[in-house]
Amino acid sequence: MDLAALMLADSRFPGGGHVHSGGLEEAVARKLVTDLPSLQCFLVGRLRTAGLLNAVFAAAATRGRFAELDVELDVRTPSPAQRAASRMQGRGIARAARKAWPSDRLSDLLKATPEPHHPIIVGALVGDPRAAAQVVAYHAVTGPATGAIRLLGLDPFGVNAIIANLQVDMETVAAQAEQHANTAPADLPAPSAPGLDLLAEAHDRHHREEVRLFVS
Amino acid sequence: MSADHVHPVNFDPTDPGHDHHADHHHHGAIRIGIGGPVGSGKTALTAALCRALGDSVNLAVVTNDIYTTEDADFLRKTGVLDVERIEAVQTGACPHTAIRDDITANLDAVERLEHRFPGLELVLIESGGDNLTAVFSRGLVERQIFVVDVAGGDKVPRKGGPGVTTADLLVINKTDLAPMVGADLGVMTADAHRMRGDLPVISQSLVETPDAPAVAEWVRAQIRALTTAG
Repeated sequence: MDLAALMLADSRFPGGGHVHSGGLEEAVARKLVTDLPSLQCFLVGRLRTAGLLNAVFAAAATRGRFAELDVELDVRTPSPAQRAASRMQGRGIARAARKAWPSDRLSDLLKATPEPHHPIIVGALVGDPRAAAQVVAYHAVTGPATGAIRLLGLDPFGVNAIIANLQVDMETVAAQAEQHANTAPADLPAPSAPGLDLLAEAHDRHHREEVRLFVS
Repeated sequence: MSADHVHPVNFDPTDPGHDHHADHHHHGAIRIGIGGPVGSGKTALTAALCRALGDSVNLAVVTNDIYTTEDADFLRKTGVLDVERIEAVQTGACPHTAIRDDITANLDAVERLEHRFPGLELVLIESGGDNLTAVFSRGLVERQIFVVDVAGGDKVPRKGGPGVTTADLLVINKTDLAPMVGADLGVMTADAHRMRGDLPVISQSLVETPDAPAVAEWVRAQIRALTTAG
C-alpha cells in the first residue's frame, strides 16, 4: 500500500473525518449501541452495507469517470444527511489534498465535482483499486469506533481488537469492490442499509432540536 | 544544567526571536481565536468585542462549544450579533482537535460566513473550553487570545502551558472577584509577565468595563497590522 493510502487511512489525517460518527451517535442515543458486543454488530453491519458501497465507488473512481460516478453515488444514497456528510468529508480531503498531492487528476476531479463524495476523492488520490477500497472500508468502521470511545468511554483496547478482528470482512469487501473497478458507473451495485439511512436522518433532525456532538 | 548547554532548536516561547507566526495574511477575513478554560469568560468577552467592534468592523463568530447552541444563544440573546453571523461547529466531542490538529470543520464554518457576508473583515473563533495545553492552529487563526480568570485560581498563569505562554494576548478576566476568592492579582500578573516575556497581558472585569475597551483596542491594532502586512 502506498504512502497516500496510509496517510488517508490514518485518523491523524487532517481531512475533517473526526467530526463524523457514521450514525453511531444516534445509535448510542437510542441505546442500540451500549457496549463492545453491540458496537461490533454495528460495525459489521455498516461495513457490509455502507462500507461496501463506498468501497465499490472508491475502486471505480481509480479509473476516472468522476462526473458519472458522482451522480451514481448520489442516487444510491437516499438519505440527504448522508449525502451531505459524504460531500463534507470529500471537501475536507480535497482541502488537504490540494496542498499535499496537487495533480492534473485532482484538478479534473474538482472541476467535475467541486465537492466530491468521500470515496470518489479517495479513489482519485490512491489510484490502486484494491488499496482505495481498503481505505474506505477501514474508514467505514474507524469513524464510528472512535465515536464509541468518545461517547461511551469504551475500553480503547477492546475497540481496537474489534477493528483487528474485522480484517477478513474488510478484505472481502475490498476484494468485491476491486472486481468492479472497470464496471460502468451505471451498473455498479447498490448495497444499502435502511437502518443507517434512518439513523442519519434522525441524527440530523435531533441536532436541530437538542444537540448532537458529531456532524453525522 | 550548565549555562553553556544549548539546544540546537530554541523551544523557549518567551524568546523575543521566537517565530510566533509568519505574517502572511491570506485573502478573506482576519481570524482571531479566543481560547481558555471552561467558565473563564470566553463567550462574555466575545459578546463584549461584538458590542465594541460591531458598528465599525464587518464581523462574525464561530463557536466550538460542546453544547453547540449554548454560546450562540447567549450571543443572540444579548443582541450583539445577528443569528446569521454565528456558526456553531460540531467538534465530534473533541474541541481541541477541531481547533488544532484537524481544523477542517472550523475552516468550513469560516468559509460559509465569508460566502454569506462578502467583505467580511473579522471572524472571532471561540474554542470549546480548554485545559492549559490547548492552542489554536496557526492554519486557522492569525492571532489568538487566551482567557483565564481570577476565580480559577491565582496559580494558573504560573502553571504555564502553550495557551498561557504563547498566546498573542493573555486576558486575566473577572478581576472584580479577586477579593472574594482570595486571589492575589499582583501575583497573577507578575507570573503572567514572567511566563510570557514581552507578550502582552490585559487584566479586566467585564462588570466594570462591559465593552472590554483594552482588548477591543488590541484587536483593532491587530486588524490594522495584518491588513497592512497583507
